[in-house]
Amino acid sequence: MTLARRSSGFLKPLSTACSSSFLHRRPYSTDDTTTITVETSVPFTGHNCEPPSRSVDTNPKELMTFFTDMALMRRMEIAADSLYKSKLIRGFCHLYDGQEAVSIGMEAAITKKDCIITAYRDHCLFLGRGGTLLESFAELMGRTAGCSNGKGGSMHFYKKEACFYGGHGIVGAQVPLGCGLAFAQKYRKEGHVTFTMYGDGAANQGQLFEALNMAALWDLPAILVCENNHYGMGTAEWRAAKSPAYYKRGDYVPGLKVDGMDAFAVKQACKFAKEHVLKNGPIILEMDTYRYHGHSMSDPGSTYRTRDEISGVRQERDPIERIRKLILAHDLATEKELKDIEKQARKEVDEAIVKAKESPMPDEPELFTNVYRKGFGVESFGADRKELRTTLP
Amino acid sequence: MASIFQGIGAATSLSSSASFDTKKLQFSSVRSLSGKRASCVVMRSGGVKMDSDSNRIGGRGDQLVTNAVATKADNPASSTASKPGHELLLFEALREGLEEEMERDARVCVMGEDVGHYGGSYKVTKGLAQKYGDLRVLDTPIAENSFTGMGIGAAMMGLRPIIEGMNMGFLLLAFNQISNNCGMLHYTSGGQFKIPVVIRGPGGVGRQLGAEHSQRLESYFQSIPGIQMVACSTPYNAKGLMKAAIRSDNPVILFEHVLLYNLKERIPDEEYVLNLEEAEMVRPGEHVTILTYSRMRYHVMQAAKTLVNKGYDPEVIDIRSLKPFDLYTIGNSIKKTHRVLIVEECMRTGGIGASLTAAITENFHDYLDAPIMCLSSQDVPTPYAGTLEEWTVVQPPQIVAAVEQLCR
Repeated sequence: MTLARRSSGFLKPLSTACSSSFLHRRPYSTDDTTTITVETSVPFTGHNCEPPSRSVDTNPKELMTFFTDMALMRRMEIAADSLYKSKLIRGFCHLYDGQEAVSIGMEAAITKKDCIITAYRDHCLFLGRGGTLLESFAELMGRTAGCSNGKGGSMHFYKKEACFYGGHGIVGAQVPLGCGLAFAQKYRKEGHVTFTMYGDGAANQGQLFEALNMAALWDLPAILVCENNHYGMGTAEWRAAKSPAYYKRGDYVPGLKVDGMDAFAVKQACKFAKEHVLKNGPIILEMDTYRYHGHSMSDPGSTYRTRDEISGVRQERDPIERIRKLILAHDLATEKELKDIEKQARKEVDEAIVKAKESPMPDEPELFTNVYRKGFGVESFGADRKELRTTLP
Repeated sequence: MASIFQGIGAATSLSSSASFDTKKLQFSSVRSLSGKRASCVVMRSGGVKMDSDSNRIGGRGDQLVTNAVATKADNPASSTASKPGHELLLFEALREGLEEEMERDARVCVMGEDVGHYGGSYKVTKGLAQKYGDLRVLDTPIAENSFTGMGIGAAMMGLRPIIEGMNMGFLLLAFNQISNNCGMLHYTSGGQFKIPVVIRGPGGVGRQLGAEHSQRLESYFQSIPGIQMVACSTPYNAKGLMKAAIRSDNPVILFEHVLLYNLKERIPDEEYVLNLEEAEMVRPGEHVTILTYSRMRYHVMQAAKTLVNKGYDPEVIDIRSLKPFDLYTIGNSIKKTHRVLIVEECMRTGGIGASLTAAITENFHDYLDAPIMCLSSQDVPTPYAGTLEEWTVVQPPQIVAAVEQLCR
């Protein structure tokens, strides 16, 4: 009875799930808003601040959305892996699987007017901000349908309307940019915040501390999120940092250590951080997370860590598994329904890849577009200065 | 501001002996630059704040002696012809342009070291913090990499920051931000973000400031795609270029020169904005085209006086726009004179002159009667000793000799 009603409610939206933005796919008509209280896996650890409580309120709709979205992200990253191995994606490809909870939890706590800026591991964050699968895959393959017209690549995903500022290749360079975004938010008195994300490797960059100093000096609404996946490229954190307690590194800036594999912990922390920052200036959030792939596709990921470690984390801390267990424990869906959702995600990803492959490569004139905002008739040359010559608009 | 204007017969003394003693040639009459004088006038900013801690990174402009500023002829026709206008110094012209733009657009803000309460180490932002507040004229800590990044991030969000480097050389610390984020973000985001920043500051060889504070960064920045570079040389073009740079949606690097801040000129009262991509015809002529920019313009004009006396008719163009080059004006001039001399303060290797030589050769090779001559600074770190420093930079007698050789 209840099962049948639920499953029928399920199957109907599934068939209409072909819209472009995956976040608006499933209208759950049943059991929308009953509050479920979830305890985070570990308590928060605070530095110079009172950590928030372990109990997070959620509802079935949110739980199902978390599952669906994370399944999609995971599927996208795995598809990107195989595309890279079949040489359709070239260059650098940094995959986010294992860390999806950070993106999902953050999005649940903030609005699309709050800014996010991150480094090169940006595919899932782009998706979380409202980017489509087609835009992602097309950009990865260098096609015109990509979010940056194919001219940016894996490390340069941006979405201005959703306040997603990318997408940066140089480690740590996005942190001053993020403080600049926060500066502009303060300048315009908008009441929004900026989440500036960086990794444990970038945490040792000088410009981070410079930017932190300025953010603290002027009370900028900047939340510095350290996604600590314990490996900076191939170097473990204990070999790179004297003090791996990244949330404490702000010294006078408060910090919070969060279990980054628990989407609800992330959601609670981001909510707490947003409220804190609008009143008190910057805060550092350290997300204790893990990436299953290597640093990038050129890194097997097993020379500096054991396979046992990777599979151990996958068994015990996987973010999607955690949500799956929660859903099953609260009887919101059956095993089969969840498997169907994952199949649906795979289907969507495959369709998007097909569409992205159909998208054309950019033509020659595209080489010269968007160099300047207005080129004023400046001439730009090809390598031999004779063959390829164009006037910038 | 108390300024003492000094006259130094630099041209004559240089040709005779390599050293000159400032004390010998001191006389304290106040002279304005716009008068036509045969001797060159040196301006010295008086001891406003003689800080004893001159080993600050900032290297304040107080103790500088702005050097060898030749009394050039009045700006030909274009600028101050009919209207009386008002007289001011170059840094005041910059400030006027900046203030007018801040008044006009609330999104324009300034950030840099000592720009706020102190008023700017060269007084370009004096009084602005009191008028517009501490957030809009922001005193940053000494962290060039991150405050440049901050300015670029703010520009991505829609503000129009002006980032001041206390000395252009310090912006080397921010090279990553300028190259990767400032220049390339518009391209790599597929046109989603525009970065309307202005990065400005004084550079160039000063008066015995030492190697690290005498750098010419235009040669390092010139390859970065996506940015524009301009160099100002007179109060008139300083104000116009400042306004144009602020209004431009592209990132613009505005190169000022440490020794030119106290140039005095009469500029129009009414508002004017100059074209960022245009070169300035300083002195029309027939025999040879001399291309120059920033402080070397004054050395060239000084040499021009000697050349005129010797019977040559040089055409002097201040290229102003360092990236992109105004090949239209330059080309027209070459088609007329068929001889080119480039006089610049960059080093010979990889400098603006080197790029300009390549550009001219590719485009106007058929019009040239003689190989292009490029006079640049020596490829050495700028020495502290005054005599050596003079030998590093191109001096007027060398320009005269070069023209004579070209026109043989």
